[in-house]
Amino acid sequence: MASATASRGGGRGALSAVLFYVFLTLFVLVSVFPLLWIFKMSIITRSELFQSPPTILPNNPIASEYGQIFGDPAFQQALINSVIISGATTVICLFFGAIAAYAIARLKFGFKGLIMTLILAISFFPGVAIIAPLFIQFSSVGIIDTLASVIITDVVFALPLTVWLLVAFFRELPRDLEEAAKVDGATTIQAFRKVIVPLAAPGVFTTAILTFIFAWNEFLFATTFLLTPDTQPVTVVIPNFASQYTTDYGAQAAAAVVVTVPLVIMVLIFQRRIVSGLTAGAVKG
Amino acid sequence: MTVNTEKKRRGGFLKREFGDPERRTAYYMVLPALVIILVVAFFPIAYATYLSFTSATVAAPGSFVGFQNYTEMFANEDFREGLVNTTLFTVISVTLEFLIGLGIALAINQAFKGRGLVRAAILVPWAFPTVISAVMWRLMFQDQVGIINYVVNALGIISQPILSDRTLLLIGSIGVDVWKTTPFMALLLLAGLQTISSDVYEAARVDGANVLQRFFRITLPLLKGTILVAVLFRTLDSYRIFDLFWALSNRELESLSTFVYKSVRVSQLLFAQGNAASVFIFVTSFLLALFFIYGLGMQTSTEE
Repeated sequence: MASATASRGGGRGALSAVLFYVFLTLFVLVSVFPLLWIFKMSIITRSELFQSPPTILPNNPIASEYGQIFGDPAFQQALINSVIISGATTVICLFFGAIAAYAIARLKFGFKGLIMTLILAISFFPGVAIIAPLFIQFSSVGIIDTLASVIITDVVFALPLTVWLLVAFFRELPRDLEEAAKVDGATTIQAFRKVIVPLAAPGVFTTAILTFIFAWNEFLFATTFLLTPDTQPVTVVIPNFASQYTTDYGAQAAAAVVVTVPLVIMVLIFQRRIVSGLTAGAVKG
Repeated sequence: MTVNTEKKRRGGFLKREFGDPERRTAYYMVLPALVIILVVAFFPIAYATYLSFTSATVAAPGSFVGFQNYTEMFANEDFREGLVNTTLFTVISVTLEFLIGLGIALAINQAFKGRGLVRAAILVPWAFPTVISAVMWRLMFQDQVGIINYVVNALGIISQPILSDRTLLLIGSIGVDVWKTTPFMALLLLAGLQTISSDVYEAARVDGANVLQRFFRITLPLLKGTILVAVLFRTLDSYRIFDLFWALSNRELESLSTFVYKSVRVSQLLFAQGNAASVFIFVTSFLLALFFIYGLGMQTSTEE
Protein backbone atom coordinates (compact mmCIF):
# COMPACT_ATOMS: atom_id res chain seq x y z
CA MET A 1 0.00 0.00 0.00
CA ALA A 2 2.96 2.28 0.59
CA SER A 3 3.67 2.76 -3.08
CA ALA A 4 0.04 3.56 -3.78
CA THR A 5 -0.06 6.28 -1.15
CA ALA A 6 3.21 7.68 -2.43
CA SER A 7 1.74 8.38 -5.85
CA ARG A 8 -0.33 11.08 -4.17
CA GLY A 9 2.80 13.14 -3.73
CA GLY A 10 3.89 12.64 -7.33
CA GLY A 11 3.55 16.28 -8.33
CA ARG A 12 5.90 17.67 -5.70
CA GLY A 13 8.39 20.23 -6.84
CA ALA A 14 12.13 20.04 -6.32
CA LEU A 15 12.03 22.56 -3.48
CA SER A 16 9.51 20.65 -1.42
CA ALA A 17 11.45 17.44 -2.07
CA VAL A 18 14.54 19.13 -0.63
CA LEU A 19 12.58 20.40 2.38
CA PHE A 20 11.19 16.92 2.90
CA TYR A 21 14.68 15.44 3.05
CA VAL A 22 15.96 18.23 5.27
CA PHE A 23 13.12 17.53 7.70
CA LEU A 24 13.84 13.80 7.70
CA THR A 25 17.60 14.28 8.04
CA LEU A 26 17.00 16.56 10.99
CA PHE A 27 14.73 13.98 12.57
CA VAL A 28 17.27 11.17 12.10
CA LEU A 29 20.06 13.37 13.51
CA VAL A 30 18.04 14.32 16.58
CA SER A 31 17.22 10.65 17.17
CA VAL A 32 20.78 9.40 17.14
CA PHE A 33 22.61 12.52 18.34
CA PRO A 34 22.69 11.75 22.09
CA LEU A 35 24.22 8.33 21.52
CA LEU A 36 26.90 9.74 19.21
CA TRP A 37 27.66 12.61 21.57
CA ILE A 38 27.87 10.43 24.67
CA PHE A 39 30.13 8.05 22.75
CA LYS A 40 32.36 11.01 21.92
CA MET A 41 32.40 12.06 25.59
CA SER A 42 33.50 8.56 26.54
CA ILE A 43 36.60 8.54 24.32
CA ILE A 44 38.04 12.02 24.84
CA THR A 45 40.64 13.10 27.35
CA ARG A 46 39.65 14.81 30.55
CA SER A 47 41.05 18.18 29.50
CA GLU A 48 39.21 18.00 26.20
CA LEU A 49 36.02 17.07 28.05
CA PHE A 50 36.12 20.32 30.01
CA GLN A 51 37.10 22.43 27.03
CA SER A 52 34.82 25.34 26.15
CA PRO A 53 33.46 25.61 23.51
CA PRO A 54 33.17 21.82 23.20
CA THR A 55 34.96 20.10 20.34
CA ILE A 56 32.83 18.43 17.70
CA LEU A 57 35.18 15.54 16.92
CA PRO A 58 37.62 13.91 19.36
CA ASN A 59 41.20 15.20 18.88
CA ASN A 60 42.90 12.33 20.53
CA PRO A 61 40.62 9.32 21.15
CA ILE A 62 41.36 7.16 24.20
CA ALA A 63 39.81 3.94 25.52
CA SER A 64 40.85 4.22 29.14
CA GLU A 65 37.32 4.98 30.41
CA TYR A 66 36.17 1.67 29.01
CA GLY A 67 39.09 -0.07 30.66
CA GLN A 68 38.07 1.51 33.94
CA ILE A 69 34.41 0.48 33.91
CA PHE A 70 35.02 -3.01 32.55
CA GLY A 71 37.67 -3.43 35.24
CA ASP A 72 35.12 -2.50 37.88
CA PRO A 73 33.78 -5.77 39.41
CA ALA A 74 30.52 -4.02 40.36
CA PHE A 75 29.89 -3.20 36.73
CA GLN A 76 30.71 -6.72 35.54
CA GLN A 77 28.34 -8.14 38.13
CA ALA A 78 25.63 -5.67 37.06
CA LEU A 79 25.89 -6.80 33.44
CA ILE A 80 25.61 -10.44 34.49
CA ASN A 81 22.60 -9.64 36.69
CA SER A 82 20.89 -7.83 33.83
CA VAL A 83 21.39 -10.80 31.53
CA ILE A 84 20.05 -13.25 34.12
CA ILE A 85 17.01 -11.11 35.00
CA SER A 86 16.09 -10.40 31.37
CA GLY A 87 16.80 -13.94 30.19
CA ALA A 88 14.78 -15.60 32.96
CA THR A 89 11.91 -13.13 32.53
CA THR A 90 11.81 -13.83 28.80
CA VAL A 91 11.82 -17.61 29.17
CA ILE A 92 9.14 -17.64 31.88
CA CYS A 93 6.95 -15.11 30.04
CA LEU A 94 7.16 -17.05 26.80
CA PHE A 95 6.31 -20.31 28.51
CA PHE A 96 3.20 -19.12 30.37
CA GLY A 97 2.36 -16.54 27.73
CA ALA A 98 2.43 -19.02 24.86
CA ILE A 99 0.17 -21.49 26.62
CA ALA A 100 -2.33 -18.80 27.57
CA ALA A 101 -2.18 -17.13 24.15
CA TYR A 102 -2.83 -20.40 22.36
CA ALA A 103 -5.95 -21.01 24.43
CA ILE A 104 -7.15 -17.47 23.79
CA ALA A 105 -6.41 -17.57 20.07
CA ARG A 106 -7.77 -21.02 19.33
CA LEU A 107 -9.98 -22.58 21.99
CA LYS A 108 -13.54 -21.70 22.87
CA PHE A 109 -14.36 -20.77 26.43
CA GLY A 110 -16.67 -18.44 28.26
CA PHE A 111 -14.56 -15.91 30.15
CA LYS A 112 -12.24 -15.02 27.30
CA GLY A 113 -13.21 -11.33 27.15
CA LEU A 114 -12.87 -10.95 30.90
CA ILE A 115 -9.47 -12.65 30.94
CA MET A 116 -8.15 -10.55 28.06
CA THR A 117 -9.39 -7.39 29.81
CA LEU A 118 -7.63 -8.42 33.04
CA ILE A 119 -4.42 -9.02 31.15
CA LEU A 120 -4.77 -5.71 29.31
CA ALA A 121 -5.43 -3.96 32.61
CA ILE A 122 -1.93 -4.93 33.75
CA SER A 123 -0.33 -2.89 30.99
CA PHE A 124 -2.22 0.13 32.35
CA PHE A 125 -1.25 -0.74 35.90
CA PRO A 126 1.01 1.73 37.75
CA GLY A 127 3.80 -0.47 39.09
CA VAL A 128 4.68 2.04 41.76
CA ALA A 129 1.27 1.47 43.38
CA ILE A 130 2.23 -2.00 44.55
CA ILE A 131 5.86 -1.63 45.60
CA ALA A 132 5.03 -1.12 49.27
CA PRO A 133 2.80 -4.19 49.76
CA LEU A 134 5.07 -6.30 47.55
CA PHE A 135 8.10 -5.24 49.58
CA ILE A 136 6.37 -6.41 52.75
CA GLN A 137 5.25 -9.68 51.16
CA PHE A 138 8.62 -10.38 49.54
CA SER A 139 10.34 -9.68 52.86
CA SER A 140 8.08 -12.11 54.65
CA VAL A 141 8.93 -14.90 52.21
CA GLY A 142 12.60 -13.90 52.26
CA ILE A 143 13.20 -13.06 48.60
CA ILE A 144 14.06 -9.38 48.98
CA ASP A 145 17.46 -8.67 47.43
CA THR A 146 17.33 -11.82 45.32
CA LEU A 147 16.98 -11.81 41.54
CA ALA A 148 13.78 -13.83 41.99
CA SER A 149 11.91 -10.83 43.41
CA VAL A 150 12.52 -8.78 40.27
CA ILE A 151 12.04 -11.67 37.86
CA ILE A 152 8.60 -12.35 39.36
CA THR A 153 7.44 -8.74 39.08
CA ASP A 154 8.98 -8.30 35.62
CA VAL A 155 7.17 -11.43 34.44
CA VAL A 156 3.83 -10.04 35.59
CA PHE A 157 4.34 -6.71 33.87
CA ALA A 158 5.78 -8.19 30.68
CA LEU A 159 3.07 -10.86 30.38
CA PRO A 160 0.44 -8.60 28.78
CA LEU A 161 2.84 -7.71 25.98
CA THR A 162 3.81 -11.36 25.53
CA VAL A 163 0.22 -12.63 25.53
CA TRP A 164 -1.13 -9.93 23.21
CA LEU A 165 1.66 -10.36 20.69
CA LEU A 166 1.40 -14.15 20.70
CA VAL A 167 -2.38 -14.06 20.35
CA ALA A 168 -1.94 -11.82 17.30
CA PHE A 169 0.68 -14.17 15.82
CA PHE A 170 -1.22 -17.38 16.60
CA ARG A 171 -4.39 -16.04 14.99
CA GLU A 172 -2.55 -15.60 11.72
CA LEU A 173 -1.58 -19.27 11.53
CA PRO A 174 -3.71 -21.60 9.38
CA ARG A 175 -6.12 -23.71 11.39
CA ASP A 176 -6.10 -26.66 8.98
CA LEU A 177 -2.78 -28.06 10.08
CA GLU A 178 -3.56 -28.50 13.72
CA GLU A 179 -7.02 -29.79 12.86
CA ALA A 180 -5.34 -32.41 10.68
CA ALA A 181 -3.10 -33.29 13.61
CA LYS A 182 -6.13 -33.68 15.85
CA VAL A 183 -7.84 -35.91 13.30
CA ASP A 184 -4.69 -38.02 13.37
CA GLY A 185 -5.25 -38.46 17.09
CA ALA A 186 -3.14 -35.71 18.65
CA THR A 187 -4.43 -34.08 21.83
CA THR A 188 -4.84 -30.30 22.09
CA ILE A 189 -1.53 -30.04 23.88
CA GLN A 190 0.26 -32.19 21.30
CA ALA A 191 -1.23 -30.20 18.43
CA PHE A 192 -0.01 -27.05 20.14
CA ARG A 193 3.50 -28.35 20.75
CA LYS A 194 4.15 -30.18 17.51
CA VAL A 195 2.32 -27.98 15.03
CA ILE A 196 1.77 -24.49 16.35
CA VAL A 197 5.04 -23.87 18.17
CA PRO A 198 7.30 -24.53 15.14
CA LEU A 199 5.02 -22.60 12.79
CA ALA A 200 4.83 -19.70 15.16
CA ALA A 201 8.60 -19.60 15.72
CA PRO A 202 9.17 -16.24 13.97
CA GLY A 203 6.42 -14.58 15.99
CA VAL A 204 7.66 -16.19 19.18
CA PHE A 205 11.16 -14.94 18.42
CA THR A 206 9.90 -11.37 17.91
CA THR A 207 7.98 -11.61 21.18
CA ALA A 208 11.12 -12.87 22.92
CA ILE A 209 13.15 -9.87 21.73
CA LEU A 210 10.52 -7.40 22.89
CA THR A 211 10.10 -9.10 26.26
CA PHE A 212 13.87 -9.18 26.74
CA ILE A 213 14.17 -5.45 25.97
CA PHE A 214 11.31 -4.71 28.37
CA ALA A 215 13.04 -6.58 31.21
CA TRP A 216 16.47 -5.13 30.36
CA ASN A 217 15.05 -1.59 30.58
CA GLU A 218 13.07 -2.07 33.79
CA PHE A 219 14.18 0.14 36.64
CA LEU A 220 11.49 0.68 39.30
CA PHE A 221 11.22 -2.88 40.67
CA ALA A 222 14.94 -3.47 40.42
CA THR A 223 15.72 -0.37 42.44
CA THR A 224 13.00 -1.22 44.97
CA PHE A 225 13.76 -4.87 45.66
CA LEU A 226 17.49 -5.15 44.99
CA LEU A 227 19.48 -3.53 47.74
CA THR A 228 23.09 -4.59 47.19
CA PRO A 229 25.48 -4.27 44.21
CA ASP A 230 25.67 -8.08 44.06
CA THR A 231 22.13 -8.31 42.76
CA GLN A 232 21.54 -4.99 41.00
CA PRO A 233 21.26 -4.82 37.19
CA VAL A 234 22.86 -2.12 35.03
CA THR A 235 19.80 0.12 35.07
CA VAL A 236 20.22 0.51 38.83
CA VAL A 237 24.01 0.55 38.95
CA ILE A 238 24.59 3.18 36.28
CA PRO A 239 22.64 6.03 37.92
CA ASN A 240 24.56 5.12 41.12
CA PHE A 241 27.74 5.24 39.06
CA ALA A 242 26.81 8.82 38.36
CA SER A 243 26.97 9.63 42.06
CA GLN A 244 29.90 7.32 42.74
CA TYR A 245 32.16 8.79 40.05
CA THR A 246 30.77 12.25 40.67
CA THR A 247 33.05 14.16 38.38
CA ASP A 248 34.22 11.28 36.21
CA TYR A 249 31.85 12.15 33.40
CA GLY A 250 33.86 10.07 30.94
CA ALA A 251 33.26 6.88 32.95
CA GLN A 252 29.54 7.66 33.23
CA ALA A 253 29.36 8.18 29.48
CA ALA A 254 31.25 4.95 28.79
CA ALA A 255 28.90 3.01 31.07
CA ALA A 256 25.84 4.43 29.32
CA VAL A 257 27.29 3.51 25.93
CA VAL A 258 28.10 -0.05 26.99
CA VAL A 259 24.51 -0.66 28.07
CA THR A 260 22.90 1.05 25.11
CA VAL A 261 24.94 -0.11 22.13
CA PRO A 262 24.10 -3.85 22.31
CA LEU A 263 20.40 -2.96 22.46
CA VAL A 264 20.68 -0.57 19.54
CA ILE A 265 22.51 -3.17 17.46
CA MET A 266 19.93 -5.81 18.32
CA VAL A 267 17.10 -3.45 17.45
CA LEU A 268 18.68 -2.50 14.14
CA ILE A 269 19.27 -6.14 13.15
CA PHE A 270 15.72 -7.19 13.97
CA GLN A 271 14.19 -3.89 12.91
CA ARG A 272 11.50 -5.34 10.68
CA ARG A 273 10.34 -7.92 13.21
CA ILE A 274 10.28 -5.40 16.02
CA VAL A 275 8.21 -2.93 14.04
CA SER A 276 5.73 -5.60 13.03
CA GLY A 277 5.56 -6.87 16.61
CA LEU A 278 5.05 -3.46 18.17
CA THR A 279 2.33 -2.54 15.76
CA ALA A 280 0.60 -5.95 15.65
CA GLY A 281 -1.36 -5.46 18.84
CA ALA A 282 -1.84 -1.72 18.74
CA VAL A 283 -3.31 -1.19 15.30
CA LYS A 284 -5.92 -3.91 15.24
CA GLY A 285 -8.08 -1.93 17.64
CA MET B 1 -18.89 -12.80 21.26
CA THR B 2 -19.57 -16.30 22.43
CA VAL B 3 -20.76 -15.15 25.85
CA ASN B 4 -24.01 -13.70 24.47
CA THR B 5 -25.22 -16.93 22.93
CA GLU B 6 -24.33 -18.86 26.04
CA LYS B 7 -26.31 -16.59 28.30
CA LYS B 8 -29.50 -17.86 26.76
CA ARG B 9 -28.80 -21.25 28.25
CA ARG B 10 -27.66 -19.98 31.56
CA GLY B 11 -28.72 -23.05 33.50
CA GLY B 12 -26.08 -25.23 31.94
CA PHE B 13 -23.41 -22.53 31.63
CA LEU B 14 -21.00 -23.59 34.36
CA LYS B 15 -21.48 -27.24 33.54
CA ARG B 16 -20.86 -26.49 29.91
CA GLU B 17 -17.77 -24.41 30.64
CA PHE B 18 -16.08 -26.86 32.95
CA GLY B 19 -17.58 -30.14 31.79
CA ASP B 20 -16.34 -29.92 28.22
CA PRO B 21 -12.76 -31.27 27.89
CA GLU B 22 -11.63 -28.67 25.34
CA ARG B 23 -12.91 -25.82 27.45
CA ARG B 24 -11.36 -27.31 30.54
CA THR B 25 -8.01 -27.50 28.76
CA ALA B 26 -8.39 -23.85 27.80
CA TYR B 27 -8.88 -22.86 31.44
CA TYR B 28 -5.86 -24.88 32.51
CA MET B 29 -3.85 -23.08 29.85
CA VAL B 30 -4.76 -19.52 30.89
CA LEU B 31 -4.75 -20.29 34.61
CA PRO B 32 -0.99 -19.96 35.34
CA ALA B 33 -0.71 -16.55 33.68
CA LEU B 34 -3.87 -15.40 35.39
CA VAL B 35 -2.81 -16.61 38.83
CA ILE B 36 0.57 -14.84 38.59
CA ILE B 37 -1.14 -11.61 37.59
CA LEU B 38 -3.76 -11.82 40.34
CA VAL B 39 -1.26 -12.72 43.07
CA VAL B 40 1.50 -10.27 42.16
CA ALA B 41 -0.54 -7.28 40.94
CA PHE B 42 -4.16 -7.34 42.06
CA PHE B 43 -3.75 -8.75 45.53
CA PRO B 44 -1.05 -6.15 46.42
CA ILE B 45 -3.23 -3.27 45.24
CA ALA B 46 -5.98 -4.52 47.53
CA TYR B 47 -3.43 -4.73 50.32
CA ALA B 48 -2.16 -1.20 49.56
CA THR B 49 -5.75 0.04 49.74
CA TYR B 50 -6.14 -1.57 53.15
CA LEU B 51 -2.80 -0.09 54.34
CA SER B 52 -3.84 3.37 53.14
CA PHE B 53 -6.68 3.38 55.70
CA THR B 54 -4.45 2.42 58.61
CA SER B 55 -1.55 3.97 60.47
CA ALA B 56 0.71 1.01 59.61
CA THR B 57 4.44 1.49 59.08
CA VAL B 58 6.68 -0.75 57.02
CA ALA B 59 7.57 -2.71 60.17
CA ALA B 60 4.47 -2.55 62.36
CA PRO B 61 0.73 -2.94 61.77
CA GLY B 62 -1.42 0.04 62.70
CA SER B 63 -5.00 0.89 63.54
CA PHE B 64 -7.80 2.03 61.26
CA VAL B 65 -7.64 5.79 60.67
CA GLY B 66 -10.26 6.34 57.96
CA PHE B 67 -9.38 8.93 55.35
CA GLN B 68 -6.78 10.65 57.51
CA ASN B 69 -3.85 9.54 55.30
CA TYR B 70 -5.63 10.94 52.26
CA THR B 71 -6.35 14.33 53.81
CA GLU B 72 -2.77 14.58 55.08
CA MET B 73 -1.50 13.53 51.67
CA PHE B 74 -3.44 16.31 49.92
CA ALA B 75 -2.10 18.77 52.48
CA ASN B 76 1.46 17.59 51.84
CA GLU B 77 3.38 20.07 49.73
CA ASP B 78 5.59 17.41 48.12
CA PHE B 79 2.55 15.45 47.01
CA ARG B 80 0.93 18.54 45.52
CA GLU B 81 4.15 19.41 43.72
CA GLY B 82 4.30 15.84 42.38
CA LEU B 83 0.69 16.06 41.22
CA VAL B 84 1.26 19.37 39.43
CA ASN B 85 4.51 18.20 37.82
CA THR B 86 3.00 14.89 36.73
CA THR B 87 -0.05 16.57 35.23
CA LEU B 88 1.99 19.21 33.38
CA PHE B 89 4.47 16.60 32.20
CA THR B 90 1.76 14.24 30.95
CA VAL B 91 -0.37 16.83 29.16
CA ILE B 92 2.51 18.68 27.50
CA SER B 93 4.64 15.72 26.48
CA VAL B 94 1.77 13.60 25.17
CA THR B 95 0.41 16.55 23.16
CA LEU B 96 3.81 17.27 21.64
CA GLU B 97 4.49 13.60 20.96
CA PHE B 98 1.16 13.20 19.24
CA LEU B 99 1.50 16.29 17.03
CA ILE B 100 5.13 15.70 16.03
CA GLY B 101 4.56 11.94 15.75
CA LEU B 102 1.62 12.47 13.41
CA GLY B 103 3.69 14.81 11.25
CA ILE B 104 6.50 12.29 11.00
CA ALA B 105 4.10 9.42 10.31
CA LEU B 106 2.47 11.36 7.47
CA ALA B 107 5.94 12.10 6.05
CA ILE B 108 7.21 8.53 6.25
CA ASN B 109 3.97 7.20 4.79
CA GLN B 110 5.32 8.31 1.41
CA ALA B 111 7.61 5.94 -0.44
CA PHE B 112 11.06 7.53 -0.68
CA LYS B 113 14.70 6.61 -0.80
CA GLY B 114 16.15 5.92 2.63
CA ARG B 115 12.82 5.04 4.22
CA GLY B 116 14.36 1.99 5.88
CA LEU B 117 17.07 4.15 7.39
CA VAL B 118 14.53 6.54 8.86
CA ARG B 119 12.50 3.68 10.29
CA ALA B 120 15.65 2.28 11.89
CA ALA B 121 16.64 5.65 13.34
CA ILE B 122 13.18 5.84 14.89
CA LEU B 123 13.90 2.78 16.98
CA VAL B 124 17.19 3.99 18.43
CA PRO B 125 15.79 6.23 21.19
CA TRP B 126 13.06 3.69 21.87
CA ALA B 127 15.66 0.98 22.58
CA PHE B 128 17.39 3.04 25.29
CA PRO B 129 16.47 2.13 28.84
CA THR B 130 14.68 5.26 30.13
CA VAL B 131 16.92 5.57 33.12
CA ILE B 132 20.05 5.32 30.96
CA SER B 133 18.75 7.98 28.60
CA ALA B 134 18.15 10.12 31.68
CA VAL B 135 21.78 9.64 32.71
CA MET B 136 22.94 10.50 29.18
CA TRP B 137 20.85 13.65 29.00
CA ARG B 138 21.94 14.66 32.48
CA LEU B 139 25.52 14.58 31.19
CA MET B 140 24.45 16.81 28.29
CA PHE B 141 22.61 19.19 30.65
CA GLN B 142 25.58 19.32 33.05
CA ASP B 143 27.01 22.81 33.47
CA GLN B 144 30.73 22.04 32.99
CA VAL B 145 30.72 19.45 30.21
CA GLY B 146 27.14 19.48 28.92
CA ILE B 147 26.66 20.35 25.28
CA ILE B 148 22.98 21.31 25.59
CA ASN B 149 23.67 23.52 28.59
CA TYR B 150 26.52 25.15 26.65
CA VAL B 151 24.42 25.75 23.54
CA VAL B 152 21.31 27.18 25.24
CA ASN B 153 23.48 29.45 27.37
CA ALA B 154 25.59 30.54 24.41
CA LEU B 155 22.46 31.34 22.43
CA GLY B 156 21.17 33.36 25.37
CA ILE B 157 18.01 31.27 25.75
CA ILE B 158 18.69 30.78 29.44
CA SER B 159 21.22 32.37 31.76
CA GLN B 160 21.69 29.74 34.47
CA PRO B 161 22.71 26.05 34.55
CA ILE B 162 19.81 23.76 33.56
CA LEU B 163 20.35 21.39 36.47
CA SER B 164 20.09 24.20 39.03
CA ASP B 165 16.46 25.03 38.38
CA ARG B 166 13.40 22.82 38.81
CA THR B 167 11.37 24.52 36.09
CA LEU B 168 14.22 24.02 33.64
CA LEU B 169 14.51 20.41 34.81
CA LEU B 170 10.82 19.85 34.15
CA ILE B 171 11.16 21.38 30.68
CA GLY B 172 14.24 19.23 30.14
CA SER B 173 12.38 16.09 31.22
CA ILE B 174 9.58 16.87 28.80
CA GLY B 175 12.20 17.33 26.07
CA VAL B 176 13.84 13.99 26.85
CA ASP B 177 10.49 12.21 26.92
CA VAL B 178 9.48 13.74 23.60
CA TRP B 179 12.85 12.72 22.13
CA LYS B 180 12.51 9.19 23.41
CA THR B 181 8.91 8.36 22.59
CA THR B 182 7.80 10.56 19.68
CA PRO B 183 9.41 8.14 17.20
CA PHE B 184 7.50 5.29 18.77
CA MET B 185 4.25 7.24 18.54
CA ALA B 186 5.08 7.94 14.88
CA LEU B 187 5.59 4.24 14.27
CA LEU B 188 2.18 3.32 15.71
CA LEU B 189 0.45 6.07 13.74
CA LEU B 190 2.30 5.02 10.59
CA ALA B 191 1.03 1.47 11.00
CA GLY B 192 -2.48 2.89 11.34
CA LEU B 193 -2.05 5.05 8.24
CA GLN B 194 -0.98 2.04 6.21
CA THR B 195 -4.24 0.25 6.94
CA ILE B 196 -6.21 3.04 5.23
CA SER B 197 -6.90 1.99 1.64
CA SER B 198 -5.73 4.41 -1.03
CA ASP B 199 -9.05 3.92 -2.87
CA VAL B 200 -10.73 6.12 -0.29
CA TYR B 201 -8.35 8.95 -1.11
CA GLU B 202 -8.78 8.44 -4.85
CA ALA B 203 -12.54 8.66 -4.50
CA ALA B 204 -12.26 11.82 -2.41
CA ARG B 205 -9.91 13.39 -4.92
CA VAL B 206 -12.28 12.62 -7.75
CA ASP B 207 -14.98 14.35 -5.75
CA GLY B 208 -12.72 17.41 -5.52
CA ALA B 209 -11.60 17.26 -1.87
CA ASN B 210 -8.40 19.20 -1.19
CA VAL B 211 -5.49 18.13 0.99
CA LEU B 212 -6.93 19.58 4.21
CA GLN B 213 -10.39 18.17 3.58
CA ARG B 214 -8.90 14.75 2.89
CA PHE B 215 -6.90 14.97 6.10
CA PHE B 216 -9.77 16.03 8.35
CA ARG B 217 -12.56 14.02 6.70
CA ILE B 218 -10.68 10.80 5.91
CA THR B 219 -7.32 10.43 7.61
CA LEU B 220 -8.28 11.59 11.10
CA PRO B 221 -11.59 9.68 11.40
CA LEU B 222 -10.11 6.46 10.01
CA LEU B 223 -7.05 6.84 12.23
CA LYS B 224 -9.14 7.46 15.37
CA GLY B 225 -8.74 3.93 16.74
CA THR B 226 -4.97 3.94 16.40
CA ILE B 227 -4.70 7.46 17.80
CA LEU B 228 -6.70 6.54 20.91
CA VAL B 229 -4.62 3.43 21.57
CA ALA B 230 -1.33 5.27 21.10
CA VAL B 231 -2.36 8.32 23.14
CA LEU B 232 -3.80 6.23 25.98
CA PHE B 233 -0.64 4.13 26.26
CA ARG B 234 1.56 7.22 26.23
CA THR B 235 -0.70 9.07 28.69
CA LEU B 236 -0.64 6.28 31.27
CA ASP B 237 3.09 5.84 30.75
CA SER B 238 3.80 9.53 31.34
CA TYR B 239 1.40 9.64 34.25
CA ARG B 240 3.46 7.07 36.16
CA ILE B 241 6.77 8.77 35.32
CA PHE B 242 9.46 7.75 37.77
CA ASP B 243 12.86 6.78 36.37
CA LEU B 244 13.26 9.79 34.08
CA PHE B 245 12.65 12.31 36.88
CA TRP B 246 14.64 10.25 39.38
CA ALA B 247 17.82 9.99 37.34
CA LEU B 248 17.65 13.23 35.37
CA SER B 249 17.12 15.53 38.34
CA ASN B 250 19.10 13.44 40.80
CA ARG B 251 15.97 12.89 42.93
CA GLU B 252 14.96 16.54 43.08
CA LEU B 253 12.06 16.71 40.66
CA GLU B 254 8.91 15.36 42.28
CA SER B 255 6.28 13.27 40.49
CA LEU B 256 3.44 11.19 41.95
CA SER B 257 5.57 8.07 41.58
CA THR B 258 8.69 9.58 43.13
CA PHE B 259 6.49 10.73 46.02
CA VAL B 260 5.30 7.15 46.57
CA TYR B 261 8.83 5.78 46.24
CA LYS B 262 10.34 8.28 48.67
CA SER B 263 7.51 7.77 51.17
CA VAL B 264 7.52 3.99 51.27
CA ARG B 265 11.11 3.13 50.41
CA VAL B 266 13.53 5.97 51.09
CA SER B 267 12.44 7.68 54.27
CA GLN B 268 9.56 5.33 55.21
CA LEU B 269 8.34 8.05 57.53
CA LEU B 270 5.35 8.66 55.32
CA PHE B 271 4.59 5.00 54.71
CA ALA B 272 0.82 5.40 55.21
CA GLN B 273 0.63 8.50 53.02
CA GLY B 274 2.70 6.71 50.41
CA ASN B 275 0.11 3.96 50.28
CA ALA B 276 -2.66 6.52 49.98
CA ALA B 277 -0.75 8.03 47.04
CA SER B 278 -0.40 4.54 45.52
CA VAL B 279 -4.15 4.12 45.62
CA PHE B 280 -4.59 7.61 44.21
CA ILE B 281 -2.35 6.77 41.22
CA PHE B 282 -4.09 3.47 40.67
CA VAL B 283 -7.61 4.91 40.79
CA THR B 284 -6.81 7.92 38.61
CA SER B 285 -5.01 5.72 36.02
CA PHE B 286 -8.03 3.45 35.97
CA LEU B 287 -10.36 6.42 35.46
CA LEU B 288 -8.15 7.70 32.63
CA ALA B 289 -8.30 4.32 30.90
CA LEU B 290 -12.09 4.17 31.38
CA PHE B 291 -12.40 7.66 29.92
CA PHE B 292 -10.52 6.62 26.80
CA ILE B 293 -12.35 3.33 26.39
CA TYR B 294 -15.91 4.45 27.14
CA GLY B 295 -15.75 8.24 26.92
CA LEU B 296 -13.85 8.41 23.65
CA GLY B 297 -15.01 5.08 22.26
CA MET B 298 -11.71 3.24 22.09
CA GLN B 299 -11.89 -0.37 20.97
CA THR B 300 -9.97 -2.72 23.22
CA SER B 301 -9.96 -5.53 20.64
CA THR B 302 -10.87 -8.15 23.20
CA GLU B 303 -13.62 -9.03 20.75
CA GLU B 304 -12.66 -11.45 18.05
